[in-house]
Amino acid sequence: MAAAPISVTLDQVFIVLRDWLTHFLPAALQPFAAVVLEVVAIVCVFPGLFALTTVFERKGLGRMQNRLGPNRVGPFGFFQPIADGIKSLTKEDIVPLNADAVVHFLAPLVLVVAVFMGFAVLPMGRNMVLVDMDAGLLFFFAMGASTELSIFMAGWSSRNKYSILGAMRAIAQMISYEVPLLLSSVTVVMIAGSLSLTKIVEAQNQYTGIFPHWYVFTPWGLASFVMFAIAATAETNRTPFDLPEGESELVAGYFTEYSGFKFALFFLGEYLGMFSISGLGATLFWGGWSAPLSILSWVPSWIWFFSKDMAAIFVFIWLRGTLPRLRQDQLMNFAWKFVLPFTLLNLVVTALWRFMEGGWLRWVVCTAILAGAYVLMGRTGMHRKHFGPRSYRYAE
Amino acid sequence: MLGEGIVKGMLETAKNFAGSFVSEERLTTVEYPEQRIPTAEDARVFPFLVYDGPDWEAGLRCVACQICEKGCPPKCIYIEKSKDKKPDYVGKMQIYPARFDIDVSVCMSCQICVEVCPFEAIKMNTEFELATGDRFGGLLLDRHKLARSNEYYHSIHPTEAAEVDARLAEEKAKVEAKAKAAAEAAAAKAAAAAAAKPEAPKSESPAAGGD
Repeated sequence: MAAAPISVTLDQVFIVLRDWLTHFLPAALQPFAAVVLEVVAIVCVFPGLFALTTVFERKGLGRMQNRLGPNRVGPFGFFQPIADGIKSLTKEDIVPLNADAVVHFLAPLVLVVAVFMGFAVLPMGRNMVLVDMDAGLLFFFAMGASTELSIFMAGWSSRNKYSILGAMRAIAQMISYEVPLLLSSVTVVMIAGSLSLTKIVEAQNQYTGIFPHWYVFTPWGLASFVMFAIAATAETNRTPFDLPEGESELVAGYFTEYSGFKFALFFLGEYLGMFSISGLGATLFWGGWSAPLSILSWVPSWIWFFSKDMAAIFVFIWLRGTLPRLRQDQLMNFAWKFVLPFTLLNLVVTALWRFMEGGWLRWVVCTAILAGAYVLMGRTGMHRKHFGPRSYRYAE
Repeated sequence: MLGEGIVKGMLETAKNFAGSFVSEERLTTVEYPEQRIPTAEDARVFPFLVYDGPDWEAGLRCVACQICEKGCPPKCIYIEKSKDKKPDYVGKMQIYPARFDIDVSVCMSCQICVEVCPFEAIKMNTEFELATGDRFGGLLLDRHKLARSNEYYHSIHPTEAAEVDARLAEEKAKVEAKAKAAAEAAAAKAAAAAAAKPEAPKSESPAAGGD
């Protein structure tokens, strides 16, 4: 190790640390201990990031609304999550009398467990992946889809009209957007030729000159990424797709009847879902842990992964600070009439890209098809719709 | 084009985000307990009782006429009349409120008590930090807690207070002039009674009409 340059050491610092910690144990136990250590790292790092994100989100939203945001607890308000944590831990845990107590109890656990499972296949740095699965992407989506189960468990078991309405909205929304989410990821699989997320990152970790071969810098990749981002926002129930928990209409949606620590678990699950889907987006389209310029390759790979993850979180916050909530019919129309057809078209374009080997022609053709389709679909979608200040027929 | 509005909106929030770090003027809020925005002159929160002079008890303008008590829509005013009388601002003997309580938890800040008061005795305060740990006693303000000096009234509603003062001064001047005229008439009457009898009714008539 002494011979390795400092950048390599830093890049592999967590691997070295893990190996050093496990080498005290008998050889038979070492693989097991290594896995436990990795799991502990994931279980500690992402909730820590969650705590940071809550305070950054509140401060960021404040700034977007020309306010200061929380700045009372600790320096610049950074101990706010601690105060929030103490509050949610000490609050009374109320279970409604008519609720299905077992399911009501299990729902937040199922959510958090399912969300944590997604991190198992995300490569967070060079050699930093818990399980390097051949079908990692498939595993990720399987786990992501099972969060829907927990949401419906929560809504159903609460015996509350707001909860069940929120849960039904959530299911409708998540199933609708699951399709474009998968279809937009399939394009990457088509090009990379693998479902393994490490292989997908490696395929992007090449440079022409100093510029990387990230998929987002290709026409089909950009289109896929935009569709993926839309679907991911809907999957994580973030604004403008936060109908399942719209405060102004459904109190808190499917977790209306949750308080105290269970509520905190739902909150945690939601943010972990954001981290994992952002991590997946970064892995599929933004080169995962690879550096944005070849001259920056000396920066540790895990720094790039987490920077990309946090940048995506910032975009989530930015969207939340900007966009109002959609209506349910708008949400469904958008999913089935715009996002889904566009992802289907993008599949064809990706195939075209795959088989038009090299050259500038495929750039022109693919860009033209996608841009034309975007403009056309936008035109027809907005046709005969009057945008502008809303007029009220009865109220005024 | 599709997505144009979203981009515009995103730029706007990005401008706000960056701008709030560089220019303080953008911030629409202040850090409340330390910084305060002065309340608007027409702000109103809960009523208070105005008193003149240094002593709040002697100077209360309220004469316990109970018009405000009767006019109060949520019935949050409770007045008990005094048995004795004290002179008001023009020197006339008036009863005064032995008790004057307002339950601020009931008050809806409608200002009707202020509108109906013929004596300019009750006005709206701008104090809003009335939170208390005692939800019964603490929210029932008695006449001592309600009393504020006329100077305080001037400090919170300067224009309105000046108008009120001018009106009161005018009334006081009128009353004084009347008293003076009455006194002069009485003196003239006495003089006339002493000197010549036929002149007396003529000089008496304007004073009598004024009463």
